Amino acid sequence: MTTDLIHWLLYGGAMGLIVIGIVGVVTLNNIFRIVLALAIAEAGANLLLVIAGYRFDAIAPILTGSSANQLMVDPVPQAMVLTSIVIGVGIQALALALVVKVYQNYKTLDIGEIHQQLSTDIDNSSGVISLLSSEQPAGERPLPEPSAQHETAQLNQGGDK
Amino acid sequence: MIWVIALMVIIMLAGAITVLFVESHVSAIAATSAVSLALSVLFVILQAPDVAMTEAVVGSGLSTVILALALFRINKKHGKQPSEQNDA
Amino acid sequence: MRNVSALVFASGLAFLLLVITWQFVVGGAPMLIGEAILQQGADKIGSANLVTSVVLGYRGIDTLGEIAILFTASTATSLVLSSLSAKTSSSKKVVIRDDGTILASSASLFFPLLITLGMYIILHGHLTPGGGFQGGVILAAAFFLPLLAVPGRGVNHSGLALVEGFAGASFIIIGIIALFQGNAFLQPFFGHGEMGSLVSAGTLPLLYTAVGLKVGAELSGLLANLAEIGEIVPESTDLQASSMQTESNGS
Repeated sequence: MTTDLIHWLLYGGAMGLIVIGIVGVVTLNNIFRIVLALAIAEAGANLLLVIAGYRFDAIAPILTGSSANQLMVDPVPQAMVLTSIVIGVGIQALALALVVKVYQNYKTLDIGEIHQQLSTDIDNSSGVISLLSSEQPAGERPLPEPSAQHETAQLNQGGDK
Repeated sequence: MIWVIALMVIIMLAGAITVLFVESHVSAIAATSAVSLALSVLFVILQAPDVAMTEAVVGSGLSTVILALALFRINKKHGKQPSEQNDA
Repeated sequence: MRNVSALVFASGLAFLLLVITWQFVVGGAPMLIGEAILQQGADKIGSANLVTSVVLGYRGIDTLGEIAILFTASTATSLVLSSLSAKTSSSKKVVIRDDGTILASSASLFFPLLITLGMYIILHGHLTPGGGFQGGVILAAAFFLPLLAVPGRGVNHSGLALVEGFAGASFIIIGIIALFQGNAFLQPFFGHGEMGSLVSAGTLPLLYTAVGLKVGAELSGLLANLAEIGEIVPESTDLQASSMQTESNGS
């Protein structure tokens, strides 16, 4: 009974962290929060690895004088998690540097606005009228090709005059 | 022992949910740090003292400093705008 | 609409993970490699902390790759951040700013204590919990604390790069010396010593010291970059720097 409860508590905690982190990455709109959610998912994965090497009534894998014939937990997952945590903080710093850079260029942290401005910038720099703009009226939507659309836009402007 | 595990798991999950829904960014960073701290207690219970030390030093120490510095750098340019225009 | 689809995705993911959880066991790990390491680790490596003997002895190449990843991440961070600080550096004044007596004096009080703690944790990594990664992070915190108290003082990035390069090179050189002795790459030599004493476990303390210095130098450089603390400006090159700044202002 107690074993089952510990089983569900530990695995529920690890899986809960992973699910919460992934839900955050999918649903949140703010890129700074997405970095935080990624860190939470990573913490859940680390906990899952350490649980996988746990044994009941075992001691930590450190040899002392009194630990002659006692059970020990598995040292291999612990070593993997040790390196994984340090890599995680390096990746987090890189992600935050990119967030700072994006904020300095686009003055916003909202992922929708960043996407819109980015696609507008790419379209403008390649000389194409932006198809993704939400300000464009829906009536002009069935557009054949960018070049042909350019001509029709000019024609429409001429017709108005 | 099982009460400690239950308490730490509850603190961890509550902190993780707080990160998703709280308004201000500073509170979100503090909640991430609390998640790491509860996680390091769980690592001690799971007989992994090395991992617990790393998680306590890196997860709730250095990572919090890095997040706070990045937030400071974002906020510094335009007053306190980005902490108010939050996620939906 | 987007939130609804995200919730459906999340509940599906949670269901799948719970089904997997049902099949896991807790408390009775099937240890194949772990059992062998627990049996032989004391005789073959001689380190009291078996996690250390896995990190540096059995899986030393993993640790080398991990150091390489950390180096790449730190370099990329400084690259991304320095390109934008170059634009703003012309308007930034280089003034030694003091953020209060309490912060400055407690920083100078904690600096030697943190250095001692970090070195202790690094050097005892093969005996007690701890090691190069944890001690390196504490060293980085120790070097960041005075910068936080007096931000205008600057940081010696070339010195940090020197320490980092020396530590990384010595890690690889120790591995290559093991190759020349007819062992595998990074296999510990120097004999085992008496287990539990400070000088034991062959080359593991040297390797962990290299890892600790490298992690400390990388992370303190990264923190200084994120906090926008500039390079230390020596007196002789001050004129050059100012003339370069005026050039960049003119262009």
